[in-house]
Parts: sequence; structure tokens; C-alpha cells
Amino acid sequence: MNKITKQSFAIQFMGQHRPKQAVLFSILLRRTAANPSRKLEDMDMIEFRNVSKRYANGTVGLNNVNLKINEGEMVVIVGLSGAGKSTLLRTINKLHDTTSGEILIGGKSVTAARGRELRLIRRGIGMIFQSFNLVKRSTVLRNVLSGRVGYHSTLRTVFGLFPRHDIELALDALSRVNIREKAFSRADQLSGGQQQRVSIARALAQEAKIILADEPVASLDPLTTRQVMDDLKRINQELSITTIVNLHHIDLAREYATRIIGMRAGEIVFDGRPEEATDEAFAHIYGRSIFEAELLGAES
Amino acid sequence: MNSPAAPTPTPTPTPNQAPRPLPVPPGRYKRYAAWMVGIVLFVICCYQVEVTPIKLMNGIPEMGKLIGEMFPPDWSYFPTIWEPMIQTVQIAIMGTTLGAILAIPVALLCANNIVTAKAVTIPVRIILNLVRTIPDLLFASIFVAVFGIGPFAGMLALMFFSFGLIAKLTFEAIEAIDPGPIEAMTAVGANKIKIIAFGVVPQILPYFVSYLLYTFEVNVRAASVLGLVGAGGIGLLLDRSLGLFRYDRACIIILLTLAIVLVIDYASNVVRRKLL
Repeated sequence: MNKITKQSFAIQFMGQHRPKQAVLFSILLRRTAANPSRKLEDMDMIEFRNVSKRYANGTVGLNNVNLKINEGEMVVIVGLSGAGKSTLLRTINKLHDTTSGEILIGGKSVTAARGRELRLIRRGIGMIFQSFNLVKRSTVLRNVLSGRVGYHSTLRTVFGLFPRHDIELALDALSRVNIREKAFSRADQLSGGQQQRVSIARALAQEAKIILADEPVASLDPLTTRQVMDDLKRINQELSITTIVNLHHIDLAREYATRIIGMRAGEIVFDGRPEEATDEAFAHIYGRSIFEAELLGAES
Repeated sequence: MNSPAAPTPTPTPTPNQAPRPLPVPPGRYKRYAAWMVGIVLFVICCYQVEVTPIKLMNGIPEMGKLIGEMFPPDWSYFPTIWEPMIQTVQIAIMGTTLGAILAIPVALLCANNIVTAKAVTIPVRIILNLVRTIPDLLFASIFVAVFGIGPFAGMLALMFFSFGLIAKLTFEAIEAIDPGPIEAMTAVGANKIKIIAFGVVPQILPYFVSYLLYTFEVNVRAASVLGLVGAGGIGLLLDRSLGLFRYDRACIIILLTLAIVLVIDYASNVVRRKLL
């Protein structure tokens, strides 16, 4: 983290003078900052330190959340709508700002990151949405390749000039979710489950070390739900990508998670292994008095 | 949906107390009053600008005479008007293209979902509205005064006109796009330009092309009257024919314009259908 800030400081500093060597040097520095192999190794752990989030309308999104998620975990977050699940997920890649506290990924502060530094952090985090968020009129391959834009210059990506390696990476990602043959179909010609798998492939093409899935199966039927969850689980195990999933379904949470986190009113009220998430525990997550929920939170 | 922390207002089942009163229907007098105001306004307008049915009646025989003079059209005039007609279409093509290119960045700067800073969108929108207030013929007159008589002034006039029209339609299309891909592109670490290229452009491209073709159609029609103020094209001949009371010649010009507009209309419909 220190190294990065120093580098960006150096870049800014040299930008003011602009002798030729300094410019060249700054380009070299940018290269190292952009080098993924060095950085991804540190991105093993996600840590929330006293994170709170209050929306402009006064709604509390997160209330003093403290949380550590280790590399390779498959965390399922459960809770009612409005409990803060989405907020929690979106603060990790700073799609939502926090009001106070700090979030660290591999010891590097996300909350303090801005501009280029933030974009580099986001590049290492894949995100899967309830509504897939694909460009429906573009081909599947182009949608997957859009996960690669963080690795290349603006000019190159705008003209769609992806290197061969990227295209192979994208096709591999599609193979991993079993829809390689759809690469040149338009995204809107695919079924919902297939579209969601395209967005998983996009996260894979990103070479992400963390995948955030915000209710990835909420708009799918039971059968495709299983397929998508199987894909996520397999990727989590085979590539040891830290995966955090928001879910509504209790049975899915128990089946797929290595760790379940229950949220209520912006607070973590349950945190434990799936075996520990009994029916009573879920009853507490989903309601009853705050007192009981707090007790449970302290217990785990 | 994505709204993260909206507290779900649990619908507390209100116990059935007294039978709930029916909602009060809106009074019909309001509606009558609205109609009355509309009719009165219309009548006042007619009275003030002296639009009366009598005038229309008096004009109808005159109209018949004029149409009679238009036929048969003067087919021998055709070779003379062919070249200016082509020039008219060329003016329209250039004006539309340049205007469309100018419109892209401006449309992006106007859109609230691309540029969140009101300090940018509002001034740009004001400038855009200013451009749109000025009619194409006024533009043409101004540019004729500046650059002299000829098609260059006409091209510039159409460029500004197209710019205003396309920018306005496109920015409204941009504001109506699905925000999902923008969010997804933000999440993969794309900068603003990459977000636009991958999240916005594919979504608005068919609309943009559709507006471009529509503007082109409008421009061909507009270009045929630009000649009235000396800005090139077929309008000059139209003006001359009307001035000499050669309605048979005016007729052939109108027919040719109609034919060309129909062809363009058909072609752009085909392209549009392919795109959407």
C-alpha cells in the first residue's frame, strides 16, 4: 500500500516539471503499478474496520461493521431486503462510499483509493449482478472482453483491439462456465441462466481474485439457480477465488457456503459455519427483537 | 432491486374498523373549465391574426387556378434542375454528417447519467437550446452574409441545425439507457471513456443512427428551400420559377424533391430495421 502511494505521489510530483526523463520514468513506474502479478498476491484478505454507511436520506446502510474475510472463502451473506447486504458488497469495490471506517484489501485501503489506484483495485474484483448487467446488443465475447479493459490503454480498448491472449482468456472463461459455443451470439439471445454465466465469465476474464455476487440467482428459476451456484462454487474451489454472495435462500446458503454471515439493520448478527446456521439462527437473522439478534452476534 | 438499505415498510395490516370511504371522484367542472379555456384561447388567436373561414373560402378558387397552372409539369426543365438537386442532397449529406459528429460529445456532456456535475450539464444544455432556437433559414441567412452566396453557407446552416436536433435526441436516449452496464464497467475498473465505449455506445448506437437518418431526411427537405436565401441547392431555381409565375416548373421541382425524399425515406427505413 505504501509503495503505491509513493509511486503515485512521485508521478504527480514529476508531472509538474515534465523533463523528458521524468516523464519516461513515470511511465515505467506506472507499468509496475499496473503489474497484476505483484499485486494480486497481497489481495488475499478483505477487512472491514468500524465501517458505517449512512445514506443521504438518513437510512443506515451499515452500522459499525467489523469483518475479516480470508482468501478462498465462499461467504454467503443472508438477511432481509434492506438489511445492508448489497451495501456491504458494494463498499468492497467502492461502488458505494462509506461514511466512516476503513476497508482494506490485502492491507491496502479501498476507502482511501481514488482515480487510477481505485480502478486498479476494482480490476482485481469481479462483480456479478442480479440483473446480469450485460450489454444486450453486444456479442457474448465482447461482453466478456469488457472485463479486460482495465489491462489496456484507453485508445486500444475503445477501438476493440484486444490482444490474442485476451481473446483466448475470454474463450477459456466461457469454457469454464460451459457456454463457449455461444461466444458470437448476441447476449440477448441467451437465457437468463446463460447470461448470468456470461457475467461470471467476465469476472473470470478479469483475472479477479475476489468475486462479489449481488443476488446472482434472484431472477433465475430453481434449476438454473443451481447451475449458476455450482459454477460459482467450482470457480471458488478450483481457482481459490474469494467469493462473497448475497442470497435470499436459506437452503442455498447452507449448501454452498463455507461461511455464513447474517445481516440485519446494517449490522452483522450472525457469523459462522453453515452447520451452525440452524433454523433458529435464521429466525434471528430474519427478525424478532434486536436483543436476541445481538446476543447471537456476540455468541459467534 | 439494488437499493441497498431502504427500510422495508412492512405493510401493517390495519384491522378492519369502519368501512373505508370511497375515494372522491374529481369534479367534472374542472374538466369543463379546461376545455373552455382552450377554446377561448383558440378563438382569441384566430381573431387577433384575422384567421377566418371566409378567407379560406375566398382563397379556394385561387388555389384551384394555381394547381391548374402547375399541370402539366414542364418536363423540359428536368435537365436544368437535375444538377442543383444533386447539390442539394450533397449539402444535406455533409451538413448532417458534420453536425452528427459535433453532436456526440455534446450529447454526452448533457446527459446526467454520464456527467454528474450539474455545473457542466446545465451550461451545455443552455448552449444547445440556444442553437436549437435558431431556425435553419436564419442560420443560412447569417452564413450567406458571412461566407457569401453559395452551398458552403447552406452546408454550415444544416450542420448547426443537425447538430442541435441530433444532440438533443441523443442525449435523451442516453439518459434512458439501462444503467446496469455502466455499473458493471465501473466495477471492472474502467475509466470514463472506457465506460462510455463499452457501457453506453453499444446501447445508443441504433438510436443514434436512427436519428441521423431522420435528420438527413429533414435536411434534404430543408436544403431545398435554403436557396431562397442564396445558400445553394435547388431552392434558387424554385424561387426563380415562383417569381416568374412558372408554376409548371415549380411543380417539376416539387415532384423531383418528393421522389428523392421518398427514396431516402425508404432506404433509411431499411437501414433502421436492420439495426434495431
